[in-house]
Amino acid sequence: MKAVKFVSITLITFVLIAGLAIPLSSNPQGWLEFPNIPGLEQKARNILYHVPIAWTTVVAFLVGTFYGFRYLKTKNIDDDIKSVSAAGLGFMFCFLATITGAIWAKFNWGSFWNWDPRETSIFILLLIYGAYFALRSALETEEKRAALSAVYSIIAGITVPFFIFVMPRIMSGLHPGAKGDPDGSGPVVQLKMSPNMLVIFLLGLLGFTLFFIWLFNIRVRLARLEYKRSVHHS
Amino acid sequence: MSVSSTFALVRKDVHSEFRTRYALNALVMFVVVAVATILFALRSDQPTSSVLAGLYWVVVFFTAMSGLSRTFVSEEERGTTMTLQLVAMPSTVYFAKLIFNTVLTFSLTIAVTILYMTVFSDTFVIQSMSTFLVTVILGSLGFASASTIIAAIVAKANTRATLYPVLSFPILVVLLMTVMSATTKALDGEPFEGAVGDFQILAGYILAMTAGSYLLFEYVWKD
Repeated sequence: MKAVKFVSITLITFVLIAGLAIPLSSNPQGWLEFPNIPGLEQKARNILYHVPIAWTTVVAFLVGTFYGFRYLKTKNIDDDIKSVSAAGLGFMFCFLATITGAIWAKFNWGSFWNWDPRETSIFILLLIYGAYFALRSALETEEKRAALSAVYSIIAGITVPFFIFVMPRIMSGLHPGAKGDPDGSGPVVQLKMSPNMLVIFLLGLLGFTLFFIWLFNIRVRLARLEYKRSVHHS
Repeated sequence: MSVSSTFALVRKDVHSEFRTRYALNALVMFVVVAVATILFALRSDQPTSSVLAGLYWVVVFFTAMSGLSRTFVSEEERGTTMTLQLVAMPSTVYFAKLIFNTVLTFSLTIAVTILYMTVFSDTFVIQSMSTFLVTVILGSLGFASASTIIAAIVAKANTRATLYPVLSFPILVVLLMTVMSATTKALDGEPFEGAVGDFQILAGYILAMTAGSYLLFEYVWKD
């Protein structure tokens, strides 16, 4: 886990510095210049932070649902500990993605919130997490809490494809890949970045994913200790 | 799962509902109160069809949220959950409650429709009856398919009444957006073909939710 910690911190630091320091140029020469995209200009740099955070939100949600599913199969409380730890991190990354997205939207599209399909999806994801934690706090016995919140996260997971694949096609939106995008609509947006930006972007994805793995590991270990203490005391 | 025992359970729910009329009375009153509030808010304004379609499903959503959880909460309150667990298979219980909730939601939409056609006689005119009927039928099925499993979850929790809409809303958003869009089309008199895309989404949603709930119900139902 130590390697994961150091690699993730190094990668994120590198992406932060490189993403901010590399100058824009309308006619980029070589690796030390980003292309200047009209309409985005300096704001384009946010893609290196906002998108990896949003990506990590999805990873965290999937990990949480996966361990919820595993709990239902194994009835092993450790799987529930993992599930709720991933959910807590997912909520944090979801919140960060919303904030970074809203600030970007303010300066690019004119207002903090536009109910674009992706904005709607992330709002719903915030609501799902809110509901998930509300449900957990309303259940007293440990087994019931684990089983019912796992069921809820799977039911919520069933609606996710509708948000990713269906909604962007029926609603017009501002994000790339929405209905009416001249470059074609679809859940996977074509990455048309310059090679140097693409490398930094992919390193950012990797860095934030490893960062999630590290935080997840710490949270699981902490939750296990708390669980042991609570069992010991009762 | 057997069909005859499923319908026996539905009959049992209908009987006990008509004996107490708890859900029915409360739901009818809720619909009246909600529509009256909307009328106060709108006063003499002439709302557009998309606003009316939205308000239609807002009333259906909140009314359903106050009534649909009864199916499981009443079993917990009367202490009949154990008996039901003994006499019926989980899937039988699930489909019985699903059918009962579908019927309840469908009658709810009928009631709201009649009320809307009376109070908004100028603006709530259904121009495409076929689109509207399919929307309401699929909408009721979709509402029931998602909220039955949530009702089963909520029945085991402490703060049932407040938790139910909180848990259901994120799951129902896809459905709400789609039925609102289809209802607007029905009010505007668009041809049936224009709403087929919405119906496909609704059908996919109902299938996914029913299949998921069917597979997961056992974990919720059994203590």
